[in-house]
Amino acid sequence: MEWVNKMTALNWVTISPLMPEIFTAVAGLLLLLVGALRGKSSVPFILSAVLVTFFVASCFLFFGYSDVRPLDTMGGMVVVDGFSKWMRLIIFDGLIVSTLLLVTWLKDSQMYKFEIPILYLLSGVGMLFMVSANNFLALYVSLELSSLSLYVLAAINRDRLDSTEAGLKYFILGALSSGLLLFGISLIYGFTGSLSFAEVGGILSQMEMPAGAMVGMAFVLAGLIFKISGVPFHMWTPDVYQGAPTPVTALFAIVPKVAAFGLIIRLLTGPFLSLHEQAAQILIFVSVASMVVGAYAGLAQENFKRLMAYSSISNMGYALLGLLSGQPEGVAAVILYLMVYMVMVAGVFAVLMGLKRQGHAIENISDFAGLGKSSPLMAYSLVALLFSMSGIPPLAGFFAKLFIFQAAVAGGFFTVAVIGVLASVVASYYYLRVIKVMLFDEPIGEFDHDCSYSRKVVMVGAVAFIIIFTFVPNYLLDQAQLAASSLFQ
Amino acid sequence: MNEFPILSLMTFLPLVGAALLLLLRGEGEAVQFRAKMLALLMSGLTFILSVVMLLNFDPAEADFQFVEKRIWFENIGISYHMGVDGISLFFVVLSAFLTPICILASWKSVSKRIREYLISFLMLETFMIGTFCALDAILFYLFFEGVLIPMFVIIGVWGGPRRVYSAFKFFLYTLLGSVLMLVALLAMIVQTGTADIPTLMGADFPPHMQLWLWLAFFSSFAVKMPMWPVHTWLPDAHVEAPTAGSVILAGVLLKMGGYGFLRFSLPMLPDATAYFAPMVFGLSVVAIIYTSLVALVQQDMKKMIAYSSVAHMGFVTLGIFTLNIQGVQGAVFQMISHGVISAALFLAIGVVYDRLHTRDINRYGNLSKNMPIYATVFVILMLGSVGLPGTSGFVGEFLALLGAYKVDTITATFAATGVVFGAAYMLLLTRKLVFGPKVNEDAAAMSDMTVVEKAYFLPLILLVLWLGVAPSYVLDRTAPAIESLLVQYHAKLATEVESNIANVPEHSQEHVQIKEQDQMPLQDHAQEHGMGE
Repeated sequence: MEWVNKMTALNWVTISPLMPEIFTAVAGLLLLLVGALRGKSSVPFILSAVLVTFFVASCFLFFGYSDVRPLDTMGGMVVVDGFSKWMRLIIFDGLIVSTLLLVTWLKDSQMYKFEIPILYLLSGVGMLFMVSANNFLALYVSLELSSLSLYVLAAINRDRLDSTEAGLKYFILGALSSGLLLFGISLIYGFTGSLSFAEVGGILSQMEMPAGAMVGMAFVLAGLIFKISGVPFHMWTPDVYQGAPTPVTALFAIVPKVAAFGLIIRLLTGPFLSLHEQAAQILIFVSVASMVVGAYAGLAQENFKRLMAYSSISNMGYALLGLLSGQPEGVAAVILYLMVYMVMVAGVFAVLMGLKRQGHAIENISDFAGLGKSSPLMAYSLVALLFSMSGIPPLAGFFAKLFIFQAAVAGGFFTVAVIGVLASVVASYYYLRVIKVMLFDEPIGEFDHDCSYSRKVVMVGAVAFIIIFTFVPNYLLDQAQLAASSLFQ
Repeated sequence: MNEFPILSLMTFLPLVGAALLLLLRGEGEAVQFRAKMLALLMSGLTFILSVVMLLNFDPAEADFQFVEKRIWFENIGISYHMGVDGISLFFVVLSAFLTPICILASWKSVSKRIREYLISFLMLETFMIGTFCALDAILFYLFFEGVLIPMFVIIGVWGGPRRVYSAFKFFLYTLLGSVLMLVALLAMIVQTGTADIPTLMGADFPPHMQLWLWLAFFSSFAVKMPMWPVHTWLPDAHVEAPTAGSVILAGVLLKMGGYGFLRFSLPMLPDATAYFAPMVFGLSVVAIIYTSLVALVQQDMKKMIAYSSVAHMGFVTLGIFTLNIQGVQGAVFQMISHGVISAALFLAIGVVYDRLHTRDINRYGNLSKNMPIYATVFVILMLGSVGLPGTSGFVGEFLALLGAYKVDTITATFAATGVVFGAAYMLLLTRKLVFGPKVNEDAAAMSDMTVVEKAYFLPLILLVLWLGVAPSYVLDRTAPAIESLLVQYHAKLATEVESNIANVPEHSQEHVQIKEQDQMPLQDHAQEHGMGE
């Protein structure tokens, strides 16, 4: 009955902070209608409408509700606070960038389907709700909304074997992880009697030794670690990255990880706060294993998309490092890390999608040879992005890693930090290898001229970001700290 | 105090030049020439600024001068803090001095992708000068590591046949050492809440923590120096790098390790320094003797000079860890002198390499006949490298050995044998290259040095001789900073021992006292003093 009362309390005050999500969802449904009625001819319109939707919704978010204190809404299902605001902004930026990367690709490839941008939009809605979930049900529903859209996207190139394989693998393993997640949630519900984050947190903090809930937490975390492709749940990543169409891979690499990470942060600082010690055990293992596996497995890769998959595995390991101490500084470091990582990956994919020889997209690293001579702008942009990803100063990637390690060292996790920096040296080898092929090797044939402005905007923007960040870092740092501190009130 | 931000200007002027080069469009001779002129102009201006700085430097002052401090990362304790003292002063000048010479040396010999080449060198200059000026630990690390990017590209793109292997080895070796230093820096920052180097110098760290921190710093600086047994990247990098790359590598990059010891290990971690000093002594002696012997059997000229660099750096580490004024003075002087001599030697090898395209010693001979000026230059440089009195090489080696002799006679005796070996391989090289029988027609037909080559060798030769006969210009300026460093070091060591005896359990708790009150008035006074002048 209480729930019904809460539902009736829905009014403008509690709804207005959710304007971005509502706007995006409604726009998605309307555009789906347009697409269904008009068919293929509506693709350019839908594409630009999706872009405009993201943009307008993020403006709602940026200029709209700005209180950083938590506000429960939708009957306690969703919470809006500084953290969710900032995470949603990051997600919106990621969505805009991945949609920009889609623009020319849709035109060039045979995949002229209006569903693609709409699926981007729907998965986006799911991700937006993920970072503001305040209830295990909301968590599950939003996670599935985004995941289902992503499964379809992975398999969208249905006439190609590797695309369908990627979609199927992603779906089956994703379903498995959903099962784990649901099992964990049911355990938690069984042992605490509630699904609300706040209530679960309150009950767990009073329990002496909540063994059952701990097992539940382990399962929930396992389900989420699958989504961020942490070791040992990383197996799907290389295949899906390789098989999915490149702009979709870019989307996978850019946005869903941020959202899933937001969810992990919220769980660890909310319902599982009192279980932090136990959670840290899991995180230490996953973090170390991800950093090491991501670094070593990446060494043997020939396909650039697979390489990026392993790079993302190791990067998620680094991001997890920041959560070990359970302090606001660590969470702020993670938020910053995700932001910088997202920008760098977007830039890298923008370059990758511009690389073509005789109309064929290039994916093998050895085919990058001679890029430094034929198109220096792209080559040196990629060089800067890869140096930044391997954490070489003075680019933004270095500072992102720096704050993560600082948080880990401040928490006393010296061994993990040392393993982390050593793994980063190993990982820097494969980034360097790409640079070597581009700059040092002799060219093998001509590259096609890339005339896509949207891609160039993303590429140049990403490079500008990682350079400018070094000089004026304080705005983003402050925002990340503000967002993190809103979780610890 | 000078309001004029001369250090920032020197640091970022080359970067501005690099940005301007990026804007330069087109190919062809004219554009290439313009690019070279622009790079030369920017690095030349930087050098002029460095001379202005040198002339305005107050020699009596032990503290940091030309200090600039701005907020960079709020709330985290990282600031943009620059300044030079007697220790870093000459390294800054050396960096600014060698870069225009490098650009001149590559005027003819490098033709492919000249614009990128020049951009790399200008970036390198920014990072080098920044490393020596930075007074914030993270800022220091940023420049220190940033060097890897342009150097990797320089070796990899414009290097010799095994350039890729060498570039990777150089990059990964130095990165592996440095990331451990990063963790140590972070641990220090977390303990004290600041990354400010002068403040960190006043901080006390618990002795057992110092041991770990020291090892982490050592892993970085020892690779950069490079000390035996982690020196193996250096010969490879030298052999494959283009001439100008070798010049910067030997002239400046190797000094970053020694500078790091003086800036971080000694003042911040005195207990650990005292604890590990015998180990460094041992490694230095091994480096001096072993690498000298290795140099003796090299057939590749660049490799021989590279191994001799490792041996000379052995004198530097020896000198630093004597922890007395003669030893440290000698180490700093040796670094500066080696910066000039080895840079000039690599340039000299570059001169003949440009003509014959081989570095094999046996292919050359009797160059004194057809290249008399070159032969003269080479002999002077050889004598400087050997450490003949009257050249700059003598002063550094002598002081370092003197310092070592005061601490440990046996070590000093062994190290002194290295001087003999050094003479042996350098004389051998000179005999084969400059004198000796005529071996090849093409070697005998090589023309003597061009005007440009003469132009950039002249200042180098003059420096070698001037530093040899009037070392006091350098020593007077380095002395106050080194003295205050050592006084602080020994004072800290003494108090540590006292408090260790008086209150043992206090140190088992990891707490750090910042002696800010002791430090600040001194600094303030010093700055006022500086302003008055």
